[in-house]
Order: sequence, then C-alpha cells, then structure tokens
Amino acid sequence: MTDTALTNGAVPVPVTTRKDWSSDQEVRWCPGCGDYSILAAVQMALPDFGVRRENTVFVSGIGCAARFPYYMNTYGMHSIHGRAPAIATGLAASRPDLDVWVITGDGDSLSIGGNHLIHALRRNINITILLFNNQIYGLTKGQYSPTSEVAKVTKSTPFGSLEQPFNPLSLALGAEATFVARTHDMDRKHMIETFRRAHEHRGASFVEIYQNCNVFNDGAFEGITGKDNRAEMLIPLEHGQPVRFGAEGEHGVVLRSDGTVHIVDVAEVGEEHLLVHDARRENPGLAFQLSRLSRGPFEPTPIGVFRDVERPEYGQQMADQMAMAESRRGGPGDLASLLRSGSTWTVGAG
Amino acid sequence: MSDTTTDEHAPHTLDRVVIRFAGDSGDGMQLTGDRFTTSSALLGNDIATFPDFPAEIRAPAGTLAGVSAFQVHISDHDILTPGDAPNVLVAMNPAALRANTGILSPGAIVIVNVDAFDERSLAKAGYEANPLTDGSLSAYTVYEVPMTSITTEVSKDAGVKPRDAERSKNFFALGLISWLYTRPIEPTLAWIDERFGGKPLVREANVRAFKAGYHFGETAELFESSYEVRPAKLEPGEYANITGNIATAWGLIAASVRSGLPLFLGTYPITPASDILHELSKHKHFGVRTFQAEDEIAGIGAALGASFGGLLGVTTTSGPGVDLKSETMGLAISLELPLVIVDVQRGGPSTGLPTKTEQADLLHAMYGRHGEAPLPIVAAKTPAHCFDAAIEAVRLAVTYRTPVMLLTDGYLANGTEPWLIPDVDTLPAIEPAFATGPNAEGPDGTPRFEPYRRDERTLARPWAPPGVAGLEHRVGGLEKADGTGSVSYDGVNHERMVHLRAAKIAGIARDIPPVEVDDEGGDAEVLVVGWGSTYGAIAAAVRRVRARGLKVAHVHLVHLNPFPANLGEVLARYRTVLVPEINMGQLSRLLRAEFLVPAESVSKVQGVPFRAAELEAIVLDRLGVTVAAAPSDGKVSD
Ligand SMILES: Cc1ncc(C[n+]2csc(CCOP(=O)(O)OP(=O)(O)O)c2C)c(N)n1
Ligand code: SF4
Ligand SMILES: [Mg+2]
Repeated sequence: MTDTALTNGAVPVPVTTRKDWSSDQEVRWCPGCGDYSILAAVQMALPDFGVRRENTVFVSGIGCAARFPYYMNTYGMHSIHGRAPAIATGLAASRPDLDVWVITGDGDSLSIGGNHLIHALRRNINITILLFNNQIYGLTKGQYSPTSEVAKVTKSTPFGSLEQPFNPLSLALGAEATFVARTHDMDRKHMIETFRRAHEHRGASFVEIYQNCNVFNDGAFEGITGKDNRAEMLIPLEHGQPVRFGAEGEHGVVLRSDGTVHIVDVAEVGEEHLLVHDARRENPGLAFQLSRLSRGPFEPTPIGVFRDVERPEYGQQMADQMAMAESRRGGPGDLASLLRSGSTWTVGAG
Repeated sequence: MSDTTTDEHAPHTLDRVVIRFAGDSGDGMQLTGDRFTTSSALLGNDIATFPDFPAEIRAPAGTLAGVSAFQVHISDHDILTPGDAPNVLVAMNPAALRANTGILSPGAIVIVNVDAFDERSLAKAGYEANPLTDGSLSAYTVYEVPMTSITTEVSKDAGVKPRDAERSKNFFALGLISWLYTRPIEPTLAWIDERFGGKPLVREANVRAFKAGYHFGETAELFESSYEVRPAKLEPGEYANITGNIATAWGLIAASVRSGLPLFLGTYPITPASDILHELSKHKHFGVRTFQAEDEIAGIGAALGASFGGLLGVTTTSGPGVDLKSETMGLAISLELPLVIVDVQRGGPSTGLPTKTEQADLLHAMYGRHGEAPLPIVAAKTPAHCFDAAIEAVRLAVTYRTPVMLLTDGYLANGTEPWLIPDVDTLPAIEPAFATGPNAEGPDGTPRFEPYRRDERTLARPWAPPGVAGLEHRVGGLEKADGTGSVSYDGVNHERMVHLRAAKIAGIARDIPPVEVDDEGGDAEVLVVGWGSTYGAIAAAVRRVRARGLKVAHVHLVHLNPFPANLGEVLARYRTVLVPEINMGQLSRLLRAEFLVPAESVSKVQGVPFRAAELEAIVLDRLGVTVAAAPSDGKVSD
C-alpha cells in the first residue's frame, strides 16, 4: 500500500495493488490448476472495489479450492467441510461492516454443505459465494461429485456414476437467491466483471466458476471455454441486451409462448424477436429457464449475471429489529431490571 | 410434617408440604403448579419444583402415557429438593391417580376429581375396579370432589359453552389447594386478569372456577382444617422464582453485559433447551442476536463465525444436537476462539427420553471429539445456579480463548427455586482483551502480528477480530506452527501444539476455586461426590444422615474439566467415596482414572432425579448402619 485516495464517500481507502492483497504463503495448488487464475482475478479485482483489507474476510470449507483464504492478505478462516456458509452467516450477521466472501468447491457446497448453502441464499445473508466447480473431488484425489456428468468414470465409480448432477444455478434460483451468475477460469476480464457485480449486490451473491482440475478432470470445460470454442459455445448474458452469440452474433435465444427458451438462428427469426435479458425480473422463472438452456459444458452455455434483484439483507434486518426493540423499550437493556422482571419478593433482615 | 397447632379453627401449621398436581396433558397441570408455586414464593416459603411431563404434546386423553404432573415442595426452612414423597396428590382423572399412588407418603391426602371416575376412564387407566370404592386407597385420606360439575355449573350463566367451561377445572383445583394451604387469592386473580385479559370469556370462567374451588374448601366441611406453611428464614434480599433455562439465558446476558461482548446465539430448537432460545430472543435490546439455524451444525457454525467477528458466540442444545456439533467444537478448539456450548442433557441414546432428565453426556463432553481435543466443562447444580454457571462458562471461554461446555439437564431446565437476585456490580468482570497491535518481530526485526503467540500465564492466544489494520491473519483447522499460526505439517510442532492446547486447559485449575468439602467435624469416613443436578438430593441425604448423629462428607463439583487443584488430595482422605449420578458411572470413571481412588458409582437412569431417601439408605449402608426401613421420613431435613 502506498497512498490514500478518496473514494465516493469521505472515507479515504488506501490505494492498493494486487501485491497488497497477496499473503506471504506459498501457493500450493497443482501447476496448471484453474484455481490460480481465479486467485489472480480476485487479487486483481479487489484494489478497484474501494474496500479495505482489514474489513475483508474470506471463509472457506475444505477442498483444493478452500485453501484460497491462506493466499489472501486479509482476515480469513479455512473452516471445515461444507460449513463455510453457516460460519459466514454468523460473521456477516454480526458484523455488517465487513465484506465476507465464501470460497467453496462443488463437493463442499453441494454435497456435504448443501443444506447450509440453500439456507444462506434464502436468508439473503450479505456474503459473496464463489463456487469453484470442477465437477470432481480434487483434494480427495478424484471421486465424482454432485456436479459430475452421468456415467462419469472415476476412482469411486469404475462402472460410471449413476447420479443426475445438480445444476448449481437452477439450485440457487430455487433456493430464492437474489444474485446468481456464472463465469469461468479462462477469462480473467469476465471473472473480474462478474466478481464486481457480485460484490456490489447487497445480500447473498452466488457465482459459479467453471474451474479446470487438470489432474483429475482435465478439459471438463474445454469444449465451451477453450479460446477457439468460446464464440460458438458461450452465451454472454447482458442486462437490457438481446441474448445472442456466435462469432458474428448469428445465434440467439428466444422465449416461446409456453415459457421455454430456445437457441435460434438470428437470420431466421429476426433480431427483434430475440429475448432481451432482464436480470432484475422479480420472477425467477426466466432466469431458471436460462440456467437450463444447456445440459452441461458440451452445449452452448450462458454466462454472466442471470439474476440480480433486491431483497432486504438478513444482517441489516437483524440490526433493524434490535434497534426497534431498543426504541420500544426506551433504551438499551438494563441488567439489574432484567433480573427483577419476574414476580419478586423481599425477605427482610432478622 | 410436624403439626404444632392446637386451636381448632386456626389453620394447622406445617413446616413443609409436598404437593403433586397430576392430570391429563391437556388439563393445565403445569400452569396450575406454577401458579401455586408463585403464590407460595410470594408468601416467603422456600420452594423447589419438579415439572414431570410426557414427550407427546397430547398423548391419548385419559391414558397413563398422557399424565402430566407438577410437584412442588414448600417449606418454612431452607430445602434442597422437590421432595421424595408427596403429602398431597391432586388427581384430575383415574390415570393421574394410578400413575402417582405408588410414590405418595403414608397417610397422604388424595384429592380426586370424582366426575372423571366413570367406567370408561377407569378402564383407560387400566383399573379393573374403582379404586375409590374397592378399599385400595385405605392408606390415604381421600377426598372426592366433583370438580368438573361444579366448574361447569358456576359458569353456566357467564355465556361460556359447557365444553369450554369444563376446561377451567384446573383453576378449581388451584382454588381448592389455595384454600387448603391458606394462600392469598389476590395474586392469582390479578394474574388471571393479565394472562386472559384478551379473552374475556375464558378469563371469567377461570375466575369463577378458581373462586368456586376456594369457597368449596371453606364451606364443604369436607376438610377438617386448613394448613399454613410459614415463611422460611432465607437470607435477606430480593428473590425471584426462576427455572434453570431462564437462569441460563439471564446468566448469558449478564456475561455479555459484564464483558461488553454482544451476545450471538446460534441454535436449533430441541427439548429441553428451546426455552433458552425463546427467552434470549425477547432481549434484543441488550444487543442480543438470536439465530434459529437450519440445523445444529449451522447453529454452532454461526456462533463460531460470530466469535471470530469478536462477539460472544453461544450455542444451546441437548444430546442429539451435541452429536452434530462435535466437528465444529473441534474446529473451535483448533482456532482457539471463545465459544459456549450449552448442553441441557436429557435421556439418551438417540432420541431417548426427550422430556426426562439424565447426566449421561459427561464423557461425551469430555471426550466426544476426534483427536486430542480438550475443553473446559462447567456444570450447574441447581436451577438458580445455572445463572452463575453460565457466567463462569463465558469467563473461561473468553479468558482462555476456548470453547467451553456448560452442562445442565432437563430437571434443572424446568425446575425452579427461589433465587437471591445478585447485585450486578458484584458479578465477575470479564475482559475480552482484544489484540491491538503487533506482538512479535519478523526475522528482519519488523513488528508483526503472530496469531498463535500465547500469553505466558494463561497460554491463551490473542483474539483479533477483523477490522483492525495490521492484524490481518488467517486461521484454520489445519495444524498451525507454534507462534506464527502458519499451516504446519511438522510432527514435532504438532506434538508441541497438542501439549500446549492441553496445558492451556489444564492450567485453568489455577484459576478456579478449590473444592469446598462439607464435612462438619472433618472426620467423616464416607465422602459423597456429585456434580450437576444431584446436588439437592445429595445435600438432603447428607442432612438426614447427620440428623441421626452420623458423619458423612459432601463435595459437589462445578468444574469437571479441569478438576479443582485440591480434588485428588481431598478424595484420598476418605475411606469410601460414593459417586451418585443419573448415568452408569461417568464421573466415577474419571475420578478413578485421574486419581486412582476406588470411587464407587451409585447409578440411577430412570429419567428422574435421585430421591434423598435412596441416597440416605446407601450412605447408611456404607456406614455399616442397618436401620429397619432405613430412610427417615425426612422430618428434620430435606
Ligand atoms: C467431514 C469431512 N468429510 C470428508 C472430508 C474429505 N474431503 C475433503 S475435501 C473433499 C471433497 C472436496 O471436493 P470439492 O468441494 O469439489 O473441492 P475441490 O477439492 O474439488 O476443490 C472431501 C470429501 C473432510 N475433510 N471432512
Ligand atoms: S487436484 Fe485439481 S483442483 Fe486440486 S489443485 Fe490439483 S488441479 Fe487443482
Ligand atoms: Mg471439486
């Protein structure tokens, strides 16, 4: 940190660079792991967010992804498997002054911690959840995960897995999430922009990041995130813009009268009939449709912000209730009167 | 009971009486008992109560399974238990009679709602013949009172439907007992007004039933006389009647106020702990945050997150919830952050006996985590003592940056006793002592913050909640290097950390009072060692034994980990060490392992507390005294 600058308000926030946000700990992911680029994107993004290191906390569960807090020069907690959303809930509800981030993997958040994830989302806790989805258990060396495709052959499923995977975005939308987005580890700019939007949102923000595990599930997203495939396979969602993709914008998405969305050739249907993306819609139905446009990272897949709506944030509501209780009682609690608030009687001396 | 009055018309004076109200779960017996207790407390009696109710909200009406009872012991001297054997039973139906006749004292008064003794109800309770007529109750003085019919009769012209009017019969019973024991009626009438003010018809029916019960006593000439129990000579001061759960909640608030740490409760509803949540959620104006989580894991997780944020994190639960919290307790031990886990013990294993009491979680509290994971354990011994125990748990958690388990149980949670309200300025001060700046130097001499550099005296690490520039640091469940707190897989460092964590908890022994031995002459040969809610029964048994001119000593442990520093030396002084517990002998195992003494377990696991007489008999036996019908009737003691 070198200087201080004035941001929007009158409070000076130190000017920082990526280096200020990097801890002195040696990063220990496998060489080539997608986690590196996500870490770099976060460390590069934060200096522009106008926030302070001392007011920033990263909370994680267990998994490769969950090592993340050790590498951030902020406050941090590497907790236990699946429980980060619960721990972050207590922290964020107690300390509305903090920026609380949750770093989690697909096993951490959707298997062992699925319950905490959905409840944090529905409560709209003021946290930013980054789900590193590599469709595999990395840290335990390559078992299938709740986002692995059907029939996946792994160490624990030599004959192929039998399970229908979760669609993390559909799940988050079903759990009443107010901010839902997707990005991927091959596009730093897109990641930074998505993190910025997620961070600005008051309440629970959910970001799925397609992340390559080059050791146990290499190339899982290559078909859509590879440099040469992106134009044809990624559908960028931009609020207020027609949904279209392809090198020349030749493909697009339309909304049919039965409420379903479909990929079309723009030339065939006409530009004016394309769906115009509206992330602010109260009703999550359309966002849900978009989340199901692709069955997996082998078909054209939307990325960007699917949903971004306002709803009161839990910590703020909790603080409001406390303030209301205080004003109703005419001031903060008095211990001596509390202890005498039931029926009491006095025993005299002698 | 001693009877000291001779005047025919004045009430007979008793030194104490044990009354048990029993009826169907839907009959309002808990409310009735509670009201009688409050008016007795306001009269200045010493009191102890024992609510005893089924797990089902409404078991089938009229069955033994559905019987709900409330036992209250009132006295003109200080008492320790809700009483072994009731002197008076109020039975609202045959099932309530059948479930309770076995425990009555000889010659007890039995007041039955005779209207409920029809053939169907008798059959439901499992009676083949009517006990009111077959002579099976000849050991007792039985009064048959038509409670239902009088109650409906008096409300006939009040606009209440007969079915609804009938519901007020518990107030008739309350009125009758209030007359029999000369309790003033005004406080109860005022209470009915307040409680049912919003429902004028219900209010009216309850008032009429209550007054009808009172007047029935006066005019029916059924009873030879009424009785009175004079005020007890308690220590001067202001008193409240308080349950263990309320005392726990208030103790936590008091600790929050005394430490300046806002309270955060993360919890999930479970019997018999939920009332702590209910109570704390009323007190948001104390800066109390209550969070009803999605499960117990999230409850403790959120509490730990709050502690990381510099608040007082607390979680409350009972046995099944403790199972779920174990992993997070281990994390809290590794993170070395303050946290209080309240376990209101109940019968186990599994769902067990949700509404019945047990002390079988001690070894779980002690050892129920993987790895070497010690934490301090504090146990409350009476309902009111839950207040002090909660403050002590917080004090240790904050001072030593550690999770602490506070053990209470179902009996303490719902039982009540008069509580001498403390002067808040005399409560222990608790100092959070947050880290304010660097505490070490880097290799190049620059000041830096090391999150695991310990205080030399307490071995506690610094507590540095987010928000302070320069103290940014990461903590986690992976083993940490001594001092810097960086991740370390080094075996020798791990061993050092295991020993440091253990030494920190063991060192608390220097910071807690030595055990007080209650041994009048100092020359008893038998020592009774207890912990938790057995306090009242043990102390009462000890009084009874001494009243026979015999010697016995009593030690009651509040700190179970670490033990007080002098405990080993105390145990070694006695020929016989008896350890009564509502479990299979968990403390006795710890004492044997720790001190190599032949501690003898006295075990009972029936979901109910020990009776003083049971313990008296065992102590007498170990003293080599054989007394025909060994237990005294408790005249002098209890
Ligand atoms: C209670 C518990 N169960 C199991 C484990 C073992 N475990 C550690 S990480 C992990 C799965 C991690 O997968 P994911 O969340 O997808 O993270 P990734 O390693 O892929 O980043 C498992 C099963 C554990 N640490 N704790
Ligand atoms: S195992 Fe996979 S996810 Fe884990 S660090 Fe290695 S490459 Fe990354
Ligand atoms: Mg994974």
